[in-house]
Amino acid sequence: MSFLVLVPTKRVPDTDGLIRVDADGLGVDTSQLSFVINPFDAIAVEEALRLRERRSDVEVVVVGIGDEAYNDELRTALAMGADRAIRIDAPEPLDPWNVAVILAEVARRLEPRLVLMGKQAVDDDAAQAGQFLAAQLGWPQATFASRIDDSDNGADVARETDHGIETVSVDWPAVITTDLRLNEPRYASLPGIIAARGKPIEAMSLEELGVEIEPRVELVALEQVSSARAGQRLENVADLLQCLRENTELF
Amino acid sequence: MHVLVLAEHDGERLRAGTTAALGFARGLADGEDDRVTCLVLGDSVDSVADDAAAFGPVLLASHADLAAPLADRWAEVIAGVVQSESVDILLGASSTLARDILGRAGGLLGGAMASDVTGFRRDEGRLIWQRPMYAGAVSACVILHGNPLIITVRPTAAEPPPRNSLPGSIVPIQVDAGRLPTSTRHLGLDGRPNHRPDVTEAPVVVSGGRGLKTSEDFEKLVGGLADQFDGAAGSSRALVDAGLTPNDLQVGQTGKVVAPELYIAVGISGAVQHLAGMKNSQVIVAINSDPHAPIFEVADYGIVGDLYDIVPEMIQQLDAD
Repeated sequence: MSFLVLVPTKRVPDTDGLIRVDADGLGVDTSQLSFVINPFDAIAVEEALRLRERRSDVEVVVVGIGDEAYNDELRTALAMGADRAIRIDAPEPLDPWNVAVILAEVARRLEPRLVLMGKQAVDDDAAQAGQFLAAQLGWPQATFASRIDDSDNGADVARETDHGIETVSVDWPAVITTDLRLNEPRYASLPGIIAARGKPIEAMSLEELGVEIEPRVELVALEQVSSARAGQRLENVADLLQCLRENTELF
Repeated sequence: MHVLVLAEHDGERLRAGTTAALGFARGLADGEDDRVTCLVLGDSVDSVADDAAAFGPVLLASHADLAAPLADRWAEVIAGVVQSESVDILLGASSTLARDILGRAGGLLGGAMASDVTGFRRDEGRLIWQRPMYAGAVSACVILHGNPLIITVRPTAAEPPPRNSLPGSIVPIQVDAGRLPTSTRHLGLDGRPNHRPDVTEAPVVVSGGRGLKTSEDFEKLVGGLADQFDGAAGSSRALVDAGLTPNDLQVGQTGKVVAPELYIAVGISGAVQHLAGMKNSQVIVAINSDPHAPIFEVADYGIVGDLYDIVPEMIQQLDAD
């Protein structure tokens, strides 16, 4: 019996690029930005591929929600080694609730044992979609995973928390969200890139999925945050400590 | 308006973040008919309930099956309380526990959620929430549609309220253990005892980055300097990845966000993802051998030089005081 792993991925701007609020104040100027797979989702793709290497029955299906431009990121995941991709054609941006509604419907149709996705997207930093999805499906969740030890019935998952590493055991089917140190994603190889051309990307509309978007989060304004400070250079430790004595109440 | 604050605790008392969340809740529930209640979940957590009662009324859901903060069980109980107590805003301090558990509760309650909120304002009767995006490069103002609203708030967004002289009521919540999910189990927590305060709770944080070569150096220099202030030791991602420091010291976009009175960045270059975790600190000092390190652009004061010379000298001069 096939062990299907669903890997939702998000297309995000590279946050090392210059993030500037655009003229109408409701979005970010993307004209100079390059787009990538959300780094945490790339870690999820990698973990799904490693799961497939450990077992003999795993199929890795990546999902993206967005317009045709998204096919680039899906092709990257296919080139890494995913088996097939599904793109749900939907207007962006979507709030985490509606992302979860869409993914829940995809999950009901594909019946994965595991949904593996990033713990947060580096554009909105919400870190909600995975938990919303698990709640909507009624599945167990293990968030911020730094290690996954899978078995036929479920997995032991080490989670990175504010107070150290917490380990939980979840039964399949489950939603697991990935943290930084779970793995280091592989680069797509040249044979992988060539093979990806033959792998299917199935496009589906919201209508075909039977989902209607009901926004929960309405963006009212975006403000640029300036973090620049004086950066006064001091020559030696004595000067620095004197400066701190004068400018803080800590001494 | 009824605001319900989820208590995060260590089994004995509330964590500092929750007291800040209670302060934030007071700011929201400022009308005559508004109220704030604190919800405590766990097993044998009477002392936590007593601590919370210093700030107002408490609801206590105590059961052996709730001993560990498992999201599927806790969220189930929380969602039930939200419905039976007509809660309008479900609130918690932004933390890994809140993201995990309130995130799931949000999914059970309709998804009108904003995470990592730094402030709010009212506009024509609507609540407008402020939260960071793009690793803190922009600040977003959002309106949430739905009921209840689910909010996680940055502990730096509010002050804890004063403790009342008369404790609030502690009302037990019936837990129907037979209806709790059983498909997640707690296996353990590897929480190394840390003799220093948490980075989110100390007025001074000294953080180390790639400039440190070994975990012994980190303890001696970063830890040693932190100790001069009774402060916390923090870490950039690089050292955690290399296994030199534990994950709970990590400051950054995907680690902890801190805003102490003084943040000293030792051997940290200042990648965007790290800055996201500390750029709201009151005073920032950077020590780095590279004069072009981006950290100097967000620092108030900087010294260019070898941390292996500078930090021991700082410790020595502070010790002599």
